[in-house]
Amino acid sequence: MKINNMDMIKKMKLIFFLFTVFYLFSTGISAQQQRFPKPEFESGYEQPSTITPEPRALALEYFDVLVLLVVLSLATWLALKKRSRQGILWLSVFTLIYFGFYRNGCICSIGAIQNVTLSFADPGYAISLTALLFFILPLAFTLFFGRTFCAGACPLGAIQDLVIFKPLSLPKWLNKTLGIIPYIYLSLAVLFAATGTDFIICRYDPFVGIFRMDAKFHMVVLGISFLLMGMFVARPYCRFFCPYGVLLSWMSRFSRWHLTITPARCIQCKLCTNSCPFDAIDFPTNEKEVVKSGLGPKKFLTYALLIPLWMIMGIFAGERSHTWLSKANQDVYLAELLISNPEMKNDPDNIDVQTFLASGKTMETLVQEAEVIRRKFYFGSMIAGGFIGLVVGMTLLNTVVFRKRQDFEPHKGNCVSCGRCMDYCPVEK
Amino acid sequence: MEDNSRSKNRREFIQSGMRLSLALALGSVSGLALSKVVKDEYVWQIDPFECTQCGRCATECVMTPSAVKCVHAYDLCGYCDLCGGYFKPDANQLSTAAENQLCPTAAIERRFIEEPYFEYIINEDLCIGCAKCVEGCTAFGNGSLHLQIIHDICLNCNECAIARVCPSNAIKRVKAENSYLIKGDFSKEQES
Repeated sequence: MKINNMDMIKKMKLIFFLFTVFYLFSTGISAQQQRFPKPEFESGYEQPSTITPEPRALALEYFDVLVLLVVLSLATWLALKKRSRQGILWLSVFTLIYFGFYRNGCICSIGAIQNVTLSFADPGYAISLTALLFFILPLAFTLFFGRTFCAGACPLGAIQDLVIFKPLSLPKWLNKTLGIIPYIYLSLAVLFAATGTDFIICRYDPFVGIFRMDAKFHMVVLGISFLLMGMFVARPYCRFFCPYGVLLSWMSRFSRWHLTITPARCIQCKLCTNSCPFDAIDFPTNEKEVVKSGLGPKKFLTYALLIPLWMIMGIFAGERSHTWLSKANQDVYLAELLISNPEMKNDPDNIDVQTFLASGKTMETLVQEAEVIRRKFYFGSMIAGGFIGLVVGMTLLNTVVFRKRQDFEPHKGNCVSCGRCMDYCPVEK
Repeated sequence: MEDNSRSKNRREFIQSGMRLSLALALGSVSGLALSKVVKDEYVWQIDPFECTQCGRCATECVMTPSAVKCVHAYDLCGYCDLCGGYFKPDANQLSTAAENQLCPTAAIERRFIEEPYFEYIINEDLCIGCAKCVEGCTAFGNGSLHLQIIHDICLNCNECAIARVCPSNAIKRVKAENSYLIKGDFSKEQES
């Protein structure tokens, strides 16, 4: 049946015009009707199929976990048994290539904190076994063998380790102050993940853009500046930002075995202290000096009693800032925007407002949802604040604690088991 | 000497005590999380019925060019001469002239089949996922053109950067076995 082309085109142009005008005033299309029925072809035309490339096979995801396990075991063996710095170095290069550039730095154990948090907070979120294993395995290894994950199995650590050029030794007070930042980062990451707001560890990961070889401008700047910093302040992300490092340092402090500088006994030659770029080696303590400096039970007690005060200050700070923090959440932000600036409803360029208005959701529902999220932020921020207060108090307390030490030892919490000190130690087994 | 060994034992005792409690804490966290574990991997995908064609898919993806591309559900296509997704509303004639095309990268290929039907194929290498053709096709057409996340480009980030800013929350996690929500195979209940 032949159809008159010109009439058809004129008619369709009119309908097209009307539809476009109609569409501009109603963007919600939920029921898809076939306005123009699918034609029956006479010429034997075969329609192409829609190509849908498959995602990465599940088996390969489990293979990643296996590689992690092997690398962790190897790193542990190299650091504790074989005592080979070269081995750890080459292992970290492999980690950089495999977990960094091949897997594009995602999924990583650092980000897995958020997945685990979300799985507890949101009953609708299903955590994958690989994410959980990425979270647990390094922690389990660290509990027994120290932070061998940091040296051999973490791509972010590997890339920072490889750019160390002339490491500076930071003053102790700076080290301690900056050492509080990872706790803040961890608290915020857990808070934002639990409220379903954002995965800030992933978002502000400085090196993922380099691993992907593709990033927005500000992420490239962040990555390059961290690497430049890393040339002179060794492992800046690991020491002063990594939230997973907090958990690892807890595990490592009480690890059953740990990397030791000397294979037998310490001869006090101090060669190892020159080798550690991270100021992670503790010096032997001089009892006479300690008595002179006035450390004692009185000071300890004062500092210990101040801890509840720090916690209360932290809780107060958390409560004060929970409103501001909650604005990071999409729903809360939109609700606040529409309540304080109702004229935004008429702004055609604001896509979020326009989509919300067209979706048919009422302001009441939005405000209700926002209030629920804000409530979560209320309690979460106070807990986070109290936690950080506790950390500040404990850090200060640690400065007045006297620990008797005869030899040069790695600080069990901060040492990343890189093995440089083992190389420098002249003692033979 | 006796003092030293006693204090060492005490320290070791406290250490092993803390280690045990840490191990228990780790074990309980993992156990609890394990109860919620699913064996499947989840990937990100756009629900084409929720999508409002805002254009953020082209700009927000961490990959350049975006992992989001337009796919054509041929089963739903009307093969029209005047295609709402191909031509601009103010096209001066129905030809393949670039000035008349909606697509900013000319990724749609228009091919004549038989009178009066034309086939529209998307060149995935050119498509940037801007949703202009989707908007046109949804407004005046069958809605057979829609955006999907293509999984051999998508890195399956822990948190999809586009999902974070999608105004209609159209991007969700789906099981890796059924990683596409193509219209036709997956269509909302039609209101008859």
